[in-house]
Amino acid sequence: MSRFVYADHAATTSVAPEVLNEMLPYFGPAYGNPSSLYSLGRQSADAIANARARIAAVLGAKPTEIFFTSCGSEADNWAIKGVAKAKAAQGKHIITTVFEHHAVLHTMHALEKDGYEVTYLSVDSEGLIKPEELEAAIRPDTILVAMMYANNEIGTILPIKEMAEVAHAHKITFFTDAVQAVGNIPVHVNELGVDLLSLSGHKLHAPKGIGVLYVRTGTRIANLIDGGGQERHRRGGTENVAYICGLAKALEMAVAKLPEMTHVKAMRDRLANEILKIPHTRINGSMEHRLAGNLNVSFEFIEGESLLLLLDMQGICASTGSACSTASLEPSHVLLSIGLPAEKAHGSLRISLSHENTEEDVDYILEKLPPIVARLREMSPLYDGQS
Amino acid sequence: MNYSAKVMDHFANPRNVGEISDASAIGEVGNATCGDIMRIYLKIENDVIVDIKFKTFGCGAAIATSSMATELIKGKTIDEALTLTNKAVIEALDGLPPAKIHCSVLAEEAVKAAINDYYQRNGIDKVIPLHGSECHGDCASCSNKH
Repeated sequence: MSRFVYADHAATTSVAPEVLNEMLPYFGPAYGNPSSLYSLGRQSADAIANARARIAAVLGAKPTEIFFTSCGSEADNWAIKGVAKAKAAQGKHIITTVFEHHAVLHTMHALEKDGYEVTYLSVDSEGLIKPEELEAAIRPDTILVAMMYANNEIGTILPIKEMAEVAHAHKITFFTDAVQAVGNIPVHVNELGVDLLSLSGHKLHAPKGIGVLYVRTGTRIANLIDGGGQERHRRGGTENVAYICGLAKALEMAVAKLPEMTHVKAMRDRLANEILKIPHTRINGSMEHRLAGNLNVSFEFIEGESLLLLLDMQGICASTGSACSTASLEPSHVLLSIGLPAEKAHGSLRISLSHENTEEDVDYILEKLPPIVARLREMSPLYDGQS
Repeated sequence: MNYSAKVMDHFANPRNVGEISDASAIGEVGNATCGDIMRIYLKIENDVIVDIKFKTFGCGAAIATSSMATELIKGKTIDEALTLTNKAVIEALDGLPPAKIHCSVLAEEAVKAAINDYYQRNGIDKVIPLHGSECHGDCASCSNKH
C-alpha cells in the first residue's frame, strides 16, 4: 500500500485551513494600508493590533514588545546585529554556540568581519550545554548571548531560563532563537527571562514569509529598516497584514495543541525503538532533553541523500545532515559538533513528526525504511563483511 | 537536487551492482569522510572487459555515475575503457547538477584505478594518472587532491 507521509515538520509545515481563512479577507476586500486614516485602512490597522495582542498573550509578552519580520532569519539577524550595534560602545564580545542555525552562525561571521569577537560554546555528545560553560566564557566586554532554545537538526532543548539568569547576572543581553521551540514546547518570555526571542510562522502552520522578534521593553537594539514608522519606527515597511493575522491564528492553534505532543512523543519513541533494531544504527542527541517530534538517526555505511531519494520514491519526506544533500559538500555542522565522525554524519536521517502524523504513518515508515537501508548497505563497499 | 530522468533511472535501478569473486582487477577511489567511495571490479579476458561490477557508498549521483560508467565500458577493450571520460558519463546521464560533477570524476577515476590494478597484477609497467578532465578541484571529495 503506497502512502504519502510528511515527516519533515522541522523543515516546514502546511498552512492550516483555519489560518488561511483568517488571512483571506486581507487578500480581498480588506486591502487597506494600515497607515491610512480612512476606515478601510483602520480595518487593517485594527487587524494587526488584534493579532499583535493575541501573539503577545500567547508568549506572555506586551503587545509593544512584538515586532513582525519577514522570517525567522530576519528576526535572528536583527536581534544579533541590532544589539551588537546598539551596545558596541560597551563591548564587542558575543557568545553563541557552535550548533546554531546558519541564520545565527553566518550573522556572527559577518560581525566578526566588522571587528566583533565571538565565542562559540561547544556542545557535548548529547547535544547539550551547561550554564557553567556560559558562565566561564563571559568577559567584561561581553554584550550579548545568542543561544537557540531547541536545535533544528537533533531537537535538543537547552536550559534557556538558567542560561538567561547567568547572562543577566553580568548585565548581558540574552537572545534565544526559538524558531524550532515555539509550537512544540511552551514558550513564555517572562518565565524564560529572555530579552529577545525569534520565531517563524511556517514552522507552526502559518505561511512562509512571516516571523516575529520579541524585544523586551528597555532592551537596546538598533532599528532594522528605516521607513514610514511602522513597527514603532524600528522596522519600516507596509505591514504584511494577511500573514500577521495568519500567524496569530497559527500560534493560538499551536499552543492549544501542545497537549497532543504527548502522543507525538509516543509515536516518535516507537519509531526510535524500532529503527534502533536495525544494526549499526545510532540516535544523535539526547532523547531526554529533546523536542517530542524530533528523531535523528545515523545508519552506518550509507549516505543520506540516497536514503532520502529512495524514501521519497515511497512517498516519505524527511531530511538528512549529509553533505551530498546540499551544495556545500560539508556534512552537518550540528552532527559534527556532537562528535559524530563525518562518515556517520553523511548517513544521518532526521524525521520530524507533528500532530498531523498518525500511527499508520509510523507503521509505513517502519515498513519502508529498513529494506531501503539494507538495499543501500548491500551496494556499499563499506559494508563488506558486516552483518 | 534536480536530477535528470536518466540519473534517477540509474540510481533507482543501478546496473552491474555487486562483486566479482575472481576479479582480474579492483579499483577503489574516494573516502568515507567525504561521503563517496566507488569500488569497481573487472573481469578481463584477452584485454576485453567481459564483466564489470561496482559497489558505491554515496549520493544518488555517485550511484548513477557508477552504474553508467560500468555500462559504458562493459565489453570494451582496456584501451577503449581508458578513453572513458567523466564528461562522457555526464552526457550519457543527460547532465548532472554542478555540485555533483565530482561524482562523474570519481567514476572515471575508479575505472582507471581498476585498470592500474590490472597492470600491476600482470606486471605491466604502466600507471594511468587519475585525473578527471572536468574536475573543478574544489570539492575535496576524493583523496586525489585535484
